[in-house]
Amino acid sequence: MTAKTLYDKLWEAHVVREEPDGTCLLYIDRHLVHEVTSPQAFEGLRLAGRKPWRPGANLATPDHNVPTTDRSAGIADPISRIQVETLDQNCETFGITEFRMDDPRQGIVHVVGPEQGATLPGMTVVCGDSHTSTHGAFGALAHGIGTSEVEHVLATQCLIQKKSKAMRIVIDGSVGPGVTAKDIVLAIIGEIGTAGGTGYAIEFAGQGIMDLSMEGRMTVCNMAIEAGARAGFVAVDDKTIEYVRGRPYAPKGELWDMAVAAWRELHSDEGAVFDKEVVIRGADIAPQVTWGTSPEMVVPVTGRVPDPADEADAVKAEGMRRALAYMGLEAGTPITDIHLDKVFIGSCTNSRIEDLRAAAEVVKGRKVADNIRQALVVPGSGLVKRQAEEEGLDRIFIEAGFEWREPGCSMCLAMNADRLEPGERCASTSNRNFEGRQGQGGRTHLVSPAMAAAAAIAGHFVDVRELT
Amino acid sequence: MEKFEKFTGIVCPLDRANVDTDAIIPKQFLKSIKRSGFGPNLFDEWRYLDHGEPGMDNSKRPLNPDFVLNDPRYQGASILLARENFGCGSSREHAPWALADYGFRVIIAPSFADIFYNNCFKNGILPVVLDAETVDQLFEDAGGEEALEITVDLENQRLHTAHGREIAFEVDPFRKHCLLEGLDDIGLTLQHVDDIRAYEQRRMKEAPWLFQDLLNEG
Repeated sequence: MTAKTLYDKLWEAHVVREEPDGTCLLYIDRHLVHEVTSPQAFEGLRLAGRKPWRPGANLATPDHNVPTTDRSAGIADPISRIQVETLDQNCETFGITEFRMDDPRQGIVHVVGPEQGATLPGMTVVCGDSHTSTHGAFGALAHGIGTSEVEHVLATQCLIQKKSKAMRIVIDGSVGPGVTAKDIVLAIIGEIGTAGGTGYAIEFAGQGIMDLSMEGRMTVCNMAIEAGARAGFVAVDDKTIEYVRGRPYAPKGELWDMAVAAWRELHSDEGAVFDKEVVIRGADIAPQVTWGTSPEMVVPVTGRVPDPADEADAVKAEGMRRALAYMGLEAGTPITDIHLDKVFIGSCTNSRIEDLRAAAEVVKGRKVADNIRQALVVPGSGLVKRQAEEEGLDRIFIEAGFEWREPGCSMCLAMNADRLEPGERCASTSNRNFEGRQGQGGRTHLVSPAMAAAAAIAGHFVDVRELT
Repeated sequence: MEKFEKFTGIVCPLDRANVDTDAIIPKQFLKSIKRSGFGPNLFDEWRYLDHGEPGMDNSKRPLNPDFVLNDPRYQGASILLARENFGCGSSREHAPWALADYGFRVIIAPSFADIFYNNCFKNGILPVVLDAETVDQLFEDAGGEEALEITVDLENQRLHTAHGREIAFEVDPFRKHCLLEGLDDIGLTLQHVDDIRAYEQRRMKEAPWLFQDLLNEG
């Protein structure tokens, strides 16, 4: 028997039919739905007189547009309100389970799925959102889709797909203290580039990955798309199974035992062959800070803003110059000399309980620096928020001068009222530093929760490893 | 979807690498629950000098004269020439909707981001991957005093430039067929209903936990 990669196993288990040219009809086990990329898909169903193939395979929650301040008065922006209400109506009409804005389980769809056990190992998981790769942390094949495909999955429970190439990225050996999952994935993107994973499905492996908690693995897989790969995943181990056990939608009793036996097979076989392999030494990874307008524009916190004059590729050098101009930075500036205006702790990358604990540990007993106009903590879900409050993390943040908000995507993409003003500079735990991502003219630096918290206290970037 | 037929169009050269979907259509326009009307806000932050919001009269907004889409040479362009990793970032199909609504039917680049590439075909847009050298040459041709015109022949997988050059390109046969015939994916898949049901029957025995319905009670 030939040795198979985890990707082979996940793929083969879901092929409904295969055409001679390799085009496959792939079965989708779980479909997550939010308000931004679904209205046109539901409208398409309605126009064609179609119904969801398996309503019970879908789970919906509004996250992109929801306010993170007091919600008792509803959504002030009328256009956002219509989009959220449209989701409510569509879920009701088509019999799809939805955690509405006032439900304690509401949150960012990629936090809610795993939290509820709606994401299980071995599944195919899709959502009209590129950060669906997050769910790959469970040994699942998970990726983002466009709205036409949202409609396709609703109508047929399948997608038309061709198999990608397989890449393995090994983090060899453990990472040092103060280095987190976020730093690992930013270092990976810095190494292979934002298009390095295009056309590939990435398996993250090695000691540095398996050391991570499930939440850390979700952070890494979340940003697979920032390396160009639609899907990123990690093999199943005991941590995976213990994380899933007892979750509301996880199988119970005999089904649980049967499932666990199957999940134990969800790893690449010894000797499996990958189309590409990348090895990074864990010990070489330092806390990372992005300096530009693409996640690949990243350096260690100990580094300096790079100089386009040192770049041989003319198109790249021009991109660097444009990024420096947009970011208002000069080549050669030490990263720790970059002062900030705002700090955002949240997003589907870094808004889970461990992220909030890591940030709170840095913040505890300290105050946000005077030059920081706003420091936000936005938990990933209502349940994360509740747990953080039970642990007293909200008090730590509030006493330090942070704002403690309601769950949602918030300032990661600024579709609600949380945003940067032109020229404002932000340390953000989110996933994209594109021009205008956090508000037109806003300048984003991507970092880990601990690094964002440390920057809030100091008013500029600091190496979190040097804090005592 | 309309059939993709042979046509001749003007090339608009957008000389930037890693153009992301946030740039193609900024987030404030994603609040629409419709599929149409995104064209006037294509590349909104680069194209206009003010900040755009849904509901504004775009015809009254100040245009950025330095942005290529506003160059008089490229008015009416239907072919976008771009650099590597075009369409990276979010999965928003609003990006190809905006490009199509503006009038782009072909995008040429050395490479595309996966999700965007896939989304193009669902909306009648042909993404063409060409090697970097050919793309460089096209940028040179398209940057002259007169706009470059290209005839796109999907059937024969050829581009013909007004300068008399012929450029062959690759495209997945299934996707090509769907574009040429204007086929709807869902309709195609539903021809295989029996296969889907057979798969479900088999899978329900192998992995029954995957078929537990998500009920609101949890």
